[in-house]
Formats: sequence, structure tokens, C-alpha cells
Amino acid sequence: MQNKVRKLFQQNETYIFLIIFALTILIQARSGQFYTPNNIVDIMSAMIVPGLFAVGAFLVILSGGIDVSFPALASLTAFATTKFLLDINYQGSVLVPILMAIIIGAALGAVNGIFAGLLNLPAMIVTLGTSSVFKGIMQGTLQSKQLAVIPKGMKQFGRRALFTAANKSNGLSSSLPVAFLVLVVVAALTFFVLKFTMFGRGVYAIGGNENAAYNAGFKVKKTKFLLYVFTGIVASIAGIIRVCMMQQCHPTNMLGMEMNIIAGVVLGGTAIVGGKGTMTGCMLGTLLIVLVENSLILIGVPVIWKDVFVGVLIVVGTAVSAYQAEKTGHRKRRGHEVKEAS
Amino acid sequence: MSEYLFRAIDIHKYFAGVRALDGVSLEIKPGEIHCLAGENGCGKSTLIKIISGVYQRDSGIIEFEGEQLKKITPIDAIKRGIQVIYQDFSIFPNLTVMENLAINSQLVENKRLVNWKHMRETARTAIERIGFKVDLDVTLGTLSVAEKQMVAICRALMFNAKLIIMDEPTTALTKKEVKALFKVILQLKEQGISILFVSHKLDEVFEISERFTVFRSGKLIATGNTKELDDKKFSYYMTGREFEVRSFVPDKLSEKPILEVDNLSLPGSFEKISFSVKGGEILGITGLLDSGRTELALALFGIHPAKEGEIRIHGRAVKISSPQKAIQNKIGFVPEDRLSEGLFLPQSIGDNIIISEIDHLKKSGIMDKKKCRDEILHWVKEMAIATPDPENAASTLSGGNQQRVVLAKWLACSPDILILNGPTVGVDIGSKHDIHGILQELANKGMAIIIISDDLPEVIENCSRLLILKGGKESGKMSTHEITEKMILDKMM
Amino acid sequence: MNERQTQAGLRIKSAYMRDRHLWRLIIIMLLWFIFMAVTRFSKFYTVVNFQTMFAQFPEFGLMSLGVMVCMITGGIDLSTVGIANVTAISTALLMQHIGGDSRHISVFWVVVVFLLAIVVGMIAGGLNGMLVAKLHIPPILATLGMGELFTGIGIVLTNGSAISDFPTTYAFAVNNRVLGIPVQFLIFAAAAVILSFMLIKTTYGKKLILLGTSQNVAKYSGLKVDMILIKTYLISGVCSALGGMIMLANYNSARADYGSNYTLQCILIVVLGGVSPNGGKGKISGVLLAIFLVRALETGLNRFPQISSYYVSLIWGAVLLLVMVLNYFTENDISLFKKKPNNFHAD
Repeated sequence: MQNKVRKLFQQNETYIFLIIFALTILIQARSGQFYTPNNIVDIMSAMIVPGLFAVGAFLVILSGGIDVSFPALASLTAFATTKFLLDINYQGSVLVPILMAIIIGAALGAVNGIFAGLLNLPAMIVTLGTSSVFKGIMQGTLQSKQLAVIPKGMKQFGRRALFTAANKSNGLSSSLPVAFLVLVVVAALTFFVLKFTMFGRGVYAIGGNENAAYNAGFKVKKTKFLLYVFTGIVASIAGIIRVCMMQQCHPTNMLGMEMNIIAGVVLGGTAIVGGKGTMTGCMLGTLLIVLVENSLILIGVPVIWKDVFVGVLIVVGTAVSAYQAEKTGHRKRRGHEVKEAS
Repeated sequence: MSEYLFRAIDIHKYFAGVRALDGVSLEIKPGEIHCLAGENGCGKSTLIKIISGVYQRDSGIIEFEGEQLKKITPIDAIKRGIQVIYQDFSIFPNLTVMENLAINSQLVENKRLVNWKHMRETARTAIERIGFKVDLDVTLGTLSVAEKQMVAICRALMFNAKLIIMDEPTTALTKKEVKALFKVILQLKEQGISILFVSHKLDEVFEISERFTVFRSGKLIATGNTKELDDKKFSYYMTGREFEVRSFVPDKLSEKPILEVDNLSLPGSFEKISFSVKGGEILGITGLLDSGRTELALALFGIHPAKEGEIRIHGRAVKISSPQKAIQNKIGFVPEDRLSEGLFLPQSIGDNIIISEIDHLKKSGIMDKKKCRDEILHWVKEMAIATPDPENAASTLSGGNQQRVVLAKWLACSPDILILNGPTVGVDIGSKHDIHGILQELANKGMAIIIISDDLPEVIENCSRLLILKGGKESGKMSTHEITEKMILDKMM
Repeated sequence: MNERQTQAGLRIKSAYMRDRHLWRLIIIMLLWFIFMAVTRFSKFYTVVNFQTMFAQFPEFGLMSLGVMVCMITGGIDLSTVGIANVTAISTALLMQHIGGDSRHISVFWVVVVFLLAIVVGMIAGGLNGMLVAKLHIPPILATLGMGELFTGIGIVLTNGSAISDFPTTYAFAVNNRVLGIPVQFLIFAAAAVILSFMLIKTTYGKKLILLGTSQNVAKYSGLKVDMILIKTYLISGVCSALGGMIMLANYNSARADYGSNYTLQCILIVVLGGVSPNGGKGKISGVLLAIFLVRALETGLNRFPQISSYYVSLIWGAVLLLVMVLNYFTENDISLFKKKPNNFHAD
């Protein structure tokens, strides 16, 4: 029992959970508005798109790579799908757009996969390059502009709510979109794959020691390739969901999200060099960023302070984890010496 | 079925037109401990990688259990019972011991899903086989080198291994740990497993192996029973040269010591170490891996400064709080790990030589290109570094020549005191001999030299006095006249 | 005689091999200039067109120089745009204050404002350097966070809107030309010359490259690793600040989200210029070429009205990937179809 408690306090997730908890208590104390049904539902729906993005970013970072192209990839897929379906005057359900997004997303992800996975080029630069290409295709070739109307099926999907929560004190109510289930499913699936499949363990193994993984018989290149494809798919689904939720397609407003998503993943305890991190931590880290972005206003901090807070959060968060890594490294060395000497 | 478990006959391998293996052969009997020896670059690692399926041979025959193998993939090799324990052990520092042990068997069985309970059982069986005790749930990165190696061995044993190849397994082990490892190897032999032990250390080859094979520059030089081998023959096979031992006798000592160390302590690493070195003298510091010898060296060079005690240079007390301070006080330091501490491998030989004295090679703030070039050419010639062009990357050099570059870097700073931590680790016998010659010559020119090493023949041959450490404390000081390895070992253990 | 000739040939070949990357950029550039000469000679080869180009590229060119030095150490600077904007905003506010209602300030103040910008850049870059060198935060995260923070400060200072009612003297001074050469370019050239001098002529350049190869070996060789890192990020900060000052003049206003795609563009340019993202390799000449090439490509494309300017980003990305793949095949001597482990070491 004691052991379990100690283990709990060695985990990053525990700390980030405590920080989130403290933050919510602070917001609640200052505004009385945090623990209200509608606010919680609002936070949950605000988590959907960043959460999906984070899953993809997390997997790639875990394997020792990085992907900064997912917002551009998602924007391109979402715009291309929506535009195409509008052009053919599609009237059916949301399944076709999602299926289309999956196919396009997989293809675009495969481009990243070929360069960063199969050819083993530096992932950061590759995805910067593909990000630029995706943007160019969207804005140049497809001449993207805002689409105020989206296909009926997507519109309905965006409006359909799991449930609606009302705040009796101020009469506000918020609905949780069905799309939240997608996040739950994707997160659960990823959790399962990472924990209970050899593919998932391979991701950790590659992130920890790529050569050893190759020697042990993991298909390193194939695994990395598939991760970029998967990230492409998840990001594309997120892109479509965002269009559905906003009830219109705004091609450029997802661009630039990549840095905050990656920051969230890292704050959740994922090592930027790969090999270390958990799905729970990834979601908690993303939640922390979403909270800071959405809830500062509740404690009376003007919106203009948002970036300052997020920036400080990233710097302090990474400084603490860098300090921790150094300390354990030190202790490890010392402990090792002591053990051998005795 | 043939008398041999494994045969490789007339293997050729080229890398981008360069011949790495030139018709080598290797035969291993069931249940034997076979030693494969050779200098760095002789092709032994290439052969191992061919056997394990990492590289493909260009021509030649490989037979395992009487069956000819055409193309070998890593998984094939494992399935047939060939296991390699690489120098870096091919382990995952970020995963737990349990996963490190069980992950390969999962892969070989082509499992898609992970059964944690099953994995734990597999792992437990694996460690019990050689009676290794370890917590299965700790992250592997936190274990000691020896423990990591044991994990790698346990992992290798899980697949019904018939042939285990160990690539330089003793490099990072303490003497005690080497003993334990040899015990395990003999235990494996009793279970009928063949061991291919790759090493270039004489004493180990003699102690453990029954038969040996020596490669040199990609060719097979000799193979036979270890009993028929002696020191001289062995070095000759390895290098193609014959050597004479030149024991160092100090020529003329300076009157006063150049370096004096008084009660130096760094809690957790070493305690109350005192010694002094005169100009013209070579002091040896030896001890086991955990004796604090490396920490002492790092403290003297200011990487991890000591907390208590005094260091005096030319009689003047100095504080060595950083490597820059050490250099200012005319201390040079050849570190233990050439690859990660000594050399900028991808950079030019020239830059590697001048980097530490670079601030003295400028004229009114601007780098003096001519002076730099002269300096580089001077040292390349002085140290007889074998390179067509000092603009070439340091990685193009052999281990011995690389070590000469590191030496040149420090000699260029014209130090009074030169500290060398394991000066000939991973250096082939020929270069080792030459480097010893250089050190002795430097001492005769009046430099104070400290060699930190656990290579006992090396310290006996080159040092005039010896300081032996044990568990961070001094356990003896001796003169190297009429001393034996046994006497030193008694103090070390 | 014959031997000497082959030797000369070898020397030329080795000079080519050593600067392969540079030569490739020069060839691409020449091809582009020939292409423009053939298709749009009268529209591309005008003095005004070149003057415009030379006034435009200094803003991201300066930032690229900053990213370059950081990338040579094996790090990166993602805060350049943040630093540029916060500098532009703070100096614009200061000038507003000095100029008062008159919207005029003396040349003396323009100089002071520039010096102040350099100080702001030094502080911001120095902070980055401290985080990287002293706290050992991975540079990508440290500068990401600091970039966000600087942008945030910019937003707070401006309330999220643009500042444009600052003295016109400033934009007038910087948008000017001296002997037909845009002042923006002169500022860039001064910075590039100073930096080239530091990298090529002083020991800093050599130390930087070696430090980027291995920080650990640098430490064991007695280099002041922390100081070099801090100095490097400080230089990057100053470059970004100057870039911000040019943006302020070119846009004639300051805002916290100007030039937000410059972060990625700068990294593209630096890699295109031959700097290795892993550190330890790179030349300022390559980066200068890449800066100019990127601008020439974009300006050239603008001469084709039927091609959307958005294609530019597609082309950048494609060129970057192409250059990387070329490097991959030429420098590793690997054929696509041979399986190999990731690091190769024979024995």
C-alpha cells in the first residue's frame, strides 16, 4: 500500500492532476463558476479538437519523432472534404465526410511517414516542409476561403448533443456534442494499443533505443511510418469535427495550434526525446492548456493575458521537468556508486 | 550431422567498395567457449552482424546445425537459437526490466497483443535460470552496467539459445563483475550452450576460452586451441608485430613536486586522498570501477570539483572549479571515453587538435589562420598521426590515431601536468605500445604525468609509483619496482 | 605537368564536395534567374523590383541569421517572431511617448530607439540562453514557451490591436534609400557582416561548430559551454529585435501577431542554407544565399499573376524536402533498397 502511494508520487500524472485540481479550486473560489454543469461541459467540448490533435502528437513524440504539420494537414483535409461534398451537393450523413477525411488524412500522413519514417530524415524539418506544402495546396491549388455553408449531415452532426447541462443560477446552458465520443474512443483505443499490443510497446521501444529495437526485431521503419499515417488520420478527423462544431469551414483558423498542443503533451510528462510518457499524462497536459486558455477569464484575468500565462506555464513546466530529470540522473549515479561500494 | 554447431566458410563482405571481410572462416563446436580476437577494425564485429542478420554477406557459406543458411534476418537468427549480446546490450533504458526481458520472446512468437501476466512469468523464468536477482518492475536505465548485462544475458537465454555471441562483454565491468560473468558463462557451457566470446584482452582469452580464432584486417590469421597459445604469439597474431616491454625508469625528477593533493574529498565519491607528483615522474592511480578513480580524475580537472581538501601546483594553492581553471593551471586531461568526451568525431582532425588552445592562436582578436595551420601540421607530424589530410574528419582515424589526436590537443596547450584516464582503452596493441612510448618520453622531458587505469600491466610498465584506491579511499601506495599484479589486486579488492 | 593538372582537378572537385550544398543553391538560383530572364525579363529585371526585394527580405533574413546560430549549436530558436514583435511594440510605444502629438522625432531619437531595440533583444535572447544553458531545458521547448510569453507581453502592451500612430519620422528614415540602396538592406548587411566576421574570423565560430557537434566533448575540452550558449541565444535575440524594427518600418505599425509564419519560414531557410538540424554544421554563406533565394522565388512568382501567391508556401516546402532528400542520398551513399540499421559502425 505504502509502495503504491510512493509510486503515485513518482508519477508526473499525479502532479499535473494536483496542479489542475488546484487551478480549478482557485477558479471556483474566485468566480464560483467553475464547478457548474455548463462550464464543465464547455471545457469538455473545448477539449475535443485539441485532445485529438494531442493524441497524434503524443504518439509521434513518444517514438522519438515530432510532427508540427497536423494543423495544416487537418485544415487541408477538412477544407477539401467539405468543399468537395458541397460541390456534389451531398445530402447524406456525416459518415461519408469522416470516411473521406480518414482516406485523405492517411494519404497526407503517409507523405510525412515516407520522409520522416522510411527515409529517417529529421522529423521536425520534414513536417515543417510538408506543413508548408499542405498549406500551399489548400490556399493555392484549392483556393480556399471561408465556407459559410456546410453539408447538412455535417451540420446535424455538429449540433447533435449527447446531453445538455444547464446552470440554474445564471440560466446558461451548454450541450456536449456527440463528437466528444470520438475523442473518448480514440483516446481509449490509443491507450489500449500502447499498453496491450506489441505495436504499442514497439513505439516505446523505438523511442527508448531505436537501434536496440531494430536488433530485437521490431519493424522500426514500418512502425514510424504507420504512426505518421495514424496521426494524419486522427488530425483529419479532428479537422472535420471542428468544421461540424463551428457549423462553417474556416480554413486557416487551426493553423498555429501545433505549438500549444505539443506544449500540452510535454507538460503531461512526455519526454521530448521520446520513450517516456503516458496517455493519461498526455490528456491531463492538454486539459491544463485548455483550462488556462479558456478559464482565465473566470478569475478576472483579461483575455489578453492568455499568451503570457501559457508561455510562463510552458517555461516553468519544462524547467521543473528538466530539473527533475537532472536530479534523478544525479541520484542515480550516486546511488549506484553507494550500492557498489557496500 | 557435423562435429560443428556453427560454421562460416570463406565469408566476403564489402562496404561501398571497401573490403571488410576477406574470406574469413569461423567454426564453433557445440558447448564450447570460443574466443574471437582481433584489433579494432579487423572485421570481427562485421562477422557478428552477418551472423545475427544485421548485415548480409556478399559471398560465403554459413552452416548452423548442419544446415546451410541462405539469407539471415535478425528474427531468423533468434528463432534458430543464435543470440548476440552487443556491447551496448541493445536494451531499452526507458522500459522495465520485465519488459526488456520478455519483449523479444513476444516478438519471436509473433504476438500482436501483450499479456502482462504472461510477460512477468517469462521474465521470472528467465532470471531464475542463472539465479540473477533483480526487481522486475524497476526501469532498466537505473541499473548498473553489470546488471544491465545480466538482463541481456537472461534475455538471450530465453530462446533456447544454442549459440550466444558476446561482443566485448567485459569492457565496462569491474574485476569482481567479470568474475561473476565468467561463472555464468561456465554455467551456460554446462547447459550445452556454445559461447562466442569476442575480446581483445589477452588475460580474458586465456582464462575463459577453449579455442580461439584471430582476425586481422578482414583476414583469418590463426585458429586453434587456446592451450597452445602464449602472450607473444597472441600479440603477434593480433598485430603482425613483435613488441618488447619497455619498463619506465624516471630519468631526472624535478626537485619539488609539481602537483600536490592534500586530503581531497568529494562526499559519495572519494575521501581524503593525498598524493604528489614530481616533474619527470609517472604516477599510476588504479582501483576497481567503483573505487572513485574516475571521480578523482574529474575532480582534478574541475568537471566535478572536489568539496574539501587542497590542491597545490608548484607549491601554490589553487582552486580548480572548472576545466578552464584546470587548463589555466596547465593541467591537461585525456578523458576515459574518447567517443563521447575526447573527440569531436565528425569534425576535422585539425580542429580537434587546436580547440583547447584556440584562444592563444589569435592576433588582436582575429584567428590567425596561418598559425593554426602550422600548429596542426606540427602536431600531426610530431604525434605521427596517420592521415593524408588533417582536414579529414577525426572519425576517419583508427582508435590509436584518434587517441593521438586527443593527446595532441593537450600537448598543444603545453601542460605541466597531464592526467590520462584509461589512456589506451579500445586502442589496439600496436598503438598502445606507441602511446606508452610517447608518455614515457614526455615524462623524461619533465612533465608530471598521472595515468589512471585498471589495466595492471599498463600501470606496472609505465608508472614509477602507484596509488591504489578502494571504495573511495586510499588503500595503498607502492613503488612499481618488483611488484606483481597479485600484490596490487590484493589491495584493490 | 599532367599530374599537376589532375591535382588541380582533384582540388576543384574536393572544393565542390566540401561546399556541395552551397553550389547546389547557386545553381538553383542561377536557373531561376535565367528562367525569369527568359519569361519575364522586363518585369523582373528592374531597379525598382530589386530595390523592393532588398527592402523586404531583411526582416525575415535577420531572424534567419538568429535561428542559424542557434541551430548550429544543435538548438533552435522558436521565439524570434515573439521577440521581433515585442521589440517593435515597445519601441513604437516609446516613440509615441517621445513624439507626443507632433508625430515627429529627431534623428537622434531614431538612433536611440535602435539601441534600445538591441537592448531588448539582448535581454530576451539572454533569457532564452539562461533557460537553455543553466536550466538545461530543451531549446525547442524553452524558446517555444518564451516565444509565447513575448507574444503575450506584446498583446498585453497593445491590448491586442495594432499601434500605428507613432512618429512617422521613423518609418520615413528606415524606408529611405541611400544611393539607391534601401536602408533596411543596409541594416541587414551590417548585421550579416558583423556575424560573418564573428563566425569566420574569430574563435567564436569554431567554438560554435564544435559545441554543436558535442556539448560534452566541448566541456571536456575546456570550452565555456554555458557562456557560448548564452551568447548565441543573445545574438539570436538581437537579430530578431532588429528584424522587428524593420517590420515596424515596413508595415508602418506594430502588432503582436505580425509575421507569425516567419518562425517556420526562418527554419526552412536555415535548413535550406545547409545548416544541420542536429548541430555542428553550417555556413553563413549558405544561409545568406537561401535568404535571397527564397525572396527571389517569391518575387519572381508574383510576376505571374495567374499563379496564386499561396503557391509560394507549397514551393518552399517542396524545395526543402527536395534538398533534404538530395542530401540524404548524396551524403550517406545509401541506396533506397538496401536495408540498413540506423547507425553504421564497422567494429
